[in-house]
Amino acid sequence: MPLSEIEIKELKEKAVKLRKDIVDVTFWAGGAHIGGAMSMVDIITILYNKFMKIDSSNPDLEDRDRFVLSKGHAGVGLAPLLAEKGFFDKEILKTFNQFNSPFGMHLDSLKVRGLDASTGSLGHGLPISLGMALAARIKKLEYKTYCLLGDGEMNEGSNWEAIMAAAHYKVTDLIPIVDFNKQMIDGKVENIMSLDPLADKWIAFGFDVVEVDGHDFNQLNEALEKAHAATEKPVVIIAHTIKGKGIDFMEDQTKWHYGSIDSSVLEKAKTSIEVNS
Amino acid sequence: MSKEILGTTWTVYDADTLTQAEIYGQVLTDLGKIHTEIVALTADLAKSTKIGKFQDELPERFFNVGIAEQNLFGVAAGMAKSGLLPVVSTMAAFASMRAAEQVRTDICYQNLNVKIIATHAGLSFGSAGSTHHCTEDLSIMRAFPNMTVIVPADGIETANAVRAAIEHEGPVYIRIGRGFEPTYYKTEDYGFEFGKAVKLREGTDITIIACGVAVLQSAEAADFLRENDGISVEVLNMHTIKPIDRDAIINAVKNSRRILTVEEHNTFGGLGSAVAEVIAESGVSCAFEKVGIPDEFSVVGYPEDLYSHYGLDSNGIIDKIRELMGKDFEEDDNWDDEV
Repeated sequence: MPLSEIEIKELKEKAVKLRKDIVDVTFWAGGAHIGGAMSMVDIITILYNKFMKIDSSNPDLEDRDRFVLSKGHAGVGLAPLLAEKGFFDKEILKTFNQFNSPFGMHLDSLKVRGLDASTGSLGHGLPISLGMALAARIKKLEYKTYCLLGDGEMNEGSNWEAIMAAAHYKVTDLIPIVDFNKQMIDGKVENIMSLDPLADKWIAFGFDVVEVDGHDFNQLNEALEKAHAATEKPVVIIAHTIKGKGIDFMEDQTKWHYGSIDSSVLEKAKTSIEVNS
Repeated sequence: MSKEILGTTWTVYDADTLTQAEIYGQVLTDLGKIHTEIVALTADLAKSTKIGKFQDELPERFFNVGIAEQNLFGVAAGMAKSGLLPVVSTMAAFASMRAAEQVRTDICYQNLNVKIIATHAGLSFGSAGSTHHCTEDLSIMRAFPNMTVIVPADGIETANAVRAAIEHEGPVYIRIGRGFEPTYYKTEDYGFEFGKAVKLREGTDITIIACGVAVLQSAEAADFLRENDGISVEVLNMHTIKPIDRDAIINAVKNSRRILTVEEHNTFGGLGSAVAEVIAESGVSCAFEKVGIPDEFSVVGYPEDLYSHYGLDSNGIIDKIRELMGKDFEEDDNWDDEV
């Protein structure tokens, strides 16, 4: 079912708040992978607010939906969302990256309430997600496992091992989403290690592909509904996004893969988020 | 977990007709019938690792992911994170090296309940050469926090180790051979417990601390030396490399003041290194030597010939002990003036 105008408005407001929160946490942390965190904001906003069955009072609920942030360096983007969903107080994020904080650049599932997997080393999240989805099948549970992949980590062979296996086992309860922001640390994806034709690669491995504008809630909603309806072939959503999305001076800028911001940039960034919303 | 599952005794299986690996395949299958959370995984080695036994009887909880070890261990991590108890079996070289990061970061870092049964370890796949030998895994695995590292002496001890691993909460690495190694134990009721060395021979002149296939060879060497050389050799089966049994090592040092470790592993980083660390930290000095694979890539050959080549068989151990008994590690014979 298409999103109502009210739903879209609410999702947009939540995305704006999350973007501002990410700017805050980046400021507190002294630096973070802000570019890739901004590119995924709209994807995780619609997942956590529209699709995922979770309960912050019972984070270990057996039949909850799972979310694995395979692009673990974007933990700075997920942490404030988990706080917003009630798993912990946002205030604790002021310790981000500081000595012995439960929160570092790559989030630790034994320390962060509501986090389904520890990630950080790339190419690990999809195999773990596949294991979670297969566990649902064995335990006869209905939950979905969402896995957000970076485009750069599509270079990792381990991802393709998991893609091959997911198609082989027809694991339609696994829903991978690629945050295709076209940038990696050293530059543009197409210059470092080209992925094109990315959709054809997934198709050749046995997936159905839905390509969307990763900042358009209607398109994301439709794609996720299609993925939910799959029964034979699993569906991957390739979300075309903009690195640094929402902050004009960071958008599509390789140098904002990782960056630190001082108090003047903090205000400038938040203003830009407001203006762009 | 109840004690009842331990009732599946070794006597059920025929030690003379089942190989080390077949025994674990049978034990695991029996455990799988009782514990519905157990799932078995492999990477195109169901037959070679004998985990295929589980597939025959519990196919809905068996996954062969193809030749893709990174995915194998990642999937196991995801399953464990969702409340299942994955038992993963592949060759030691691939479990410990091809998938080392998945074992460390996906499984150990999250302290997940995944049991790894690594087969064809050491030189046991002799003719396959160094690509399929594995003389590095103990060093690698014992450096991973949360990991328990077990090297069973034979099939009976493997059965004990698999049962103990299922009862243990957290990752466990069980290292076995190709499956055709001779057995030491006749029964499984000898008090197997993670982290506790088993004393196989009493002795006062020297202590052999061994693991895996070296256990049988060490016991045979001890018997020979007692009869023919009058040397009183204590033998410890150090089946748990991590957490190592510190008390057993320190007691042995105080008892015999001569320690020889024997393992089917590089002499860097495995049993010998683990024992050396305990001795050095204890402040009690003793004569100490390691028998194992020197720091080189192994040669090709039948396992028996390789054990002989590297001095891991009883003949090699006898020679090493005669050498060690013939020299003092210090100038005088006064042991009491040591640190």
